Amino acid sequence: MAVVSPAQEPGWYGPFGGRFVSETLIPALDELTAATREIAATEEFEAELRTLLADYVGRPTPLSEASRLARAIDPDRKTLLRLFLKREDLCHTGAHKINNALGQVLLARKMGKTRIIAETGAGQHGVATATACALFGLPCEIYMGAEDVRRQAPNVGRMRLLGAKVVPVDSGSRTLKDAMNEALRDWVTNVATTHYCIGSAAGPHPYPELVARFQSVIGEEARAQILERTGRLPDAAVACVGGGSNAIGLFRGFLSADDVRLYGVEAAGHGVASGRHAATLTAGRVGVLHGSKSYVLCDDGGQIQEAHSISAGLDYPGVGPEHAWLKTSGRARYVSATDDEALAAASLVTRTEGILPALETSHPFAKLGAIADEVARDVGRPATIVLCLSGRGDKDLETLLGRLLPPEERGGS
Amino acid sequence: MGRIEDAFARRAAERRKTLVTYLCVGDPDGDASIDLALACAEEGADVLELGCPFSDPSADGAAIARASQRALGRGGGLAETLRVASAVRARSDVPIVLFGYYNPLFVRGEEEAARAVAAAGVDALLVVDLPVDESMPLRAAAASHGLGLVPLVAPTTLPERVARIGALGERFPVPFVYYVSMTGITGGAGASAVLARASAEAARVRSATKRPTVVGFGIDSHARARVAAESADGVVVGSEIVRRIERGATHAERLAGVRELVRELRGAV
Repeated sequence: MAVVSPAQEPGWYGPFGGRFVSETLIPALDELTAATREIAATEEFEAELRTLLADYVGRPTPLSEASRLARAIDPDRKTLLRLFLKREDLCHTGAHKINNALGQVLLARKMGKTRIIAETGAGQHGVATATACALFGLPCEIYMGAEDVRRQAPNVGRMRLLGAKVVPVDSGSRTLKDAMNEALRDWVTNVATTHYCIGSAAGPHPYPELVARFQSVIGEEARAQILERTGRLPDAAVACVGGGSNAIGLFRGFLSADDVRLYGVEAAGHGVASGRHAATLTAGRVGVLHGSKSYVLCDDGGQIQEAHSISAGLDYPGVGPEHAWLKTSGRARYVSATDDEALAAASLVTRTEGILPALETSHPFAKLGAIADEVARDVGRPATIVLCLSGRGDKDLETLLGRLLPPEERGGS
Repeated sequence: MGRIEDAFARRAAERRKTLVTYLCVGDPDGDASIDLALACAEEGADVLELGCPFSDPSADGAAIARASQRALGRGGGLAETLRVASAVRARSDVPIVLFGYYNPLFVRGEEEAARAVAAAGVDALLVVDLPVDESMPLRAAAASHGLGLVPLVAPTTLPERVARIGALGERFPVPFVYYVSMTGITGGAGASAVLARASAEAARVRSATKRPTVVGFGIDSHARARVAAESADGVVVGSEIVRRIERGATHAERLAGVRELVRELRGAV
């Protein structure tokens, strides 16, 4: 694949990455690393995955120009000239997560694994993994924080319909990080037969690279599409960052082009100053969580803190190690949007473009105006921006209705 | 020789096995942990593992995860673990291993962490999520303060990795090796066949690394301890001690429960 990776040595992105896991898992990570090289990199595997992505996922996803939204954000077109949305919401299952889940499950099957487990926050990765397992006829268990089971009920139902077993996790903050702990416990117990399908570009080596590789289809397509539409690369590429898989997928298409600015938007929850947020790169520090060295939210004693975001998919106190490197090397910039800003953006996008975005994706929309201002100042003319619309918002209807509509308009006749 | 090496040598000379006991510091509170740790030593534990609670104990089962949550809920963590270690050291010469996860040590800084841990009278560190490949910064800092770093070997570990661990022991203090009896998390009950196989494996690890090798995970009774100890140099018991502490309604009950268990274990190995 023609992607530029900043990894200087396998598993490391500058000083970030590595493998901080139990000794028991090291041979399984070695096995997966070898399979990434010997199976996933073959022309045969790539062709099989390409066919699946085309015929089953519906790729390539469109690049939609969002002129009404651009006008709403910048009526005079002084800073935002053109806005393009990479429509991962139109993937089968409604988000970019299927790109990675299909790739990993296909790889696991070729490795002879007979059982798949995964963690999920918003439920999109869980649904994607359950879908891939249904397609390949593999048993599947999904770990999900009990709090997320409550707030993402439609996705829990979907996973169960797909034949997956959903295991609510009641420990800790009962969200994504605790689901990941529980999935690690399962994996270390059943490592001989089971593949752990990590959904974000995080975790121990080789996961960050494996997930980035499967998600880089977003950036590769977006790059070709924007060149075809505008004749040049965009001034900026923008995506939301929880663990960071859709962002790294988009960024991989533009990493080697230094004049394409990369922006990641994190979840500021109730505001970074409130302490109730998930803005790991903005307000965290370097630490070790879930197998890799990266930025984490933790206290002075090294205890991981609970993240907060209205969006379950961003509600995570860690972030993938490549993002930590892109931040410290200055290649990408990371900003954050609050719950309220994201909700307002969800409403604006829906009403101007007829697209209901996931709450995760609503965060970069909320910062588009500020990012366009900065980019336009930088380049000395109004900017062209590509934003990764990572998923659709149907799963968030209950939250959106509760927060955006008056009671009499929330449902019924 | 250090305290840990002495302890192994003493038991070996008696043709008995080294008993290592774990407890989660701060559960139910730090002062109780001091009494409970000293009680373990008095009943015959040769090495104490003082567990530093961590928010995300992904290698541990439910018992230690619950204990960690309780300890953290009362303000526990690395600072309290060091306070408890100092207090135990002030009253006993029993070898102490600080057992935990990497982030609390990493955030403090490897050098400063090693200095503070050594100053508290701890003899070695055991960090479950720090495999040998990533261990050099902490290993070097620990060595400069006279602290050992205990490596883990699992049933999945290939012989060439065991050899690497053996080679590390020539350059850095490796007081013993911890053999994980099963692929899994702490807190289970190991089947006899599993523990017997682990005991035989531990003997092979000892030959390859030239270090005493103990078996841990899944040892919750004196009967299982005896099976696991057969060919190994010792056994580690953790979750069952934590469960005894959890079950006690009062400090006296907790002490009595732990004393009874350690006495039985001591009798078996």
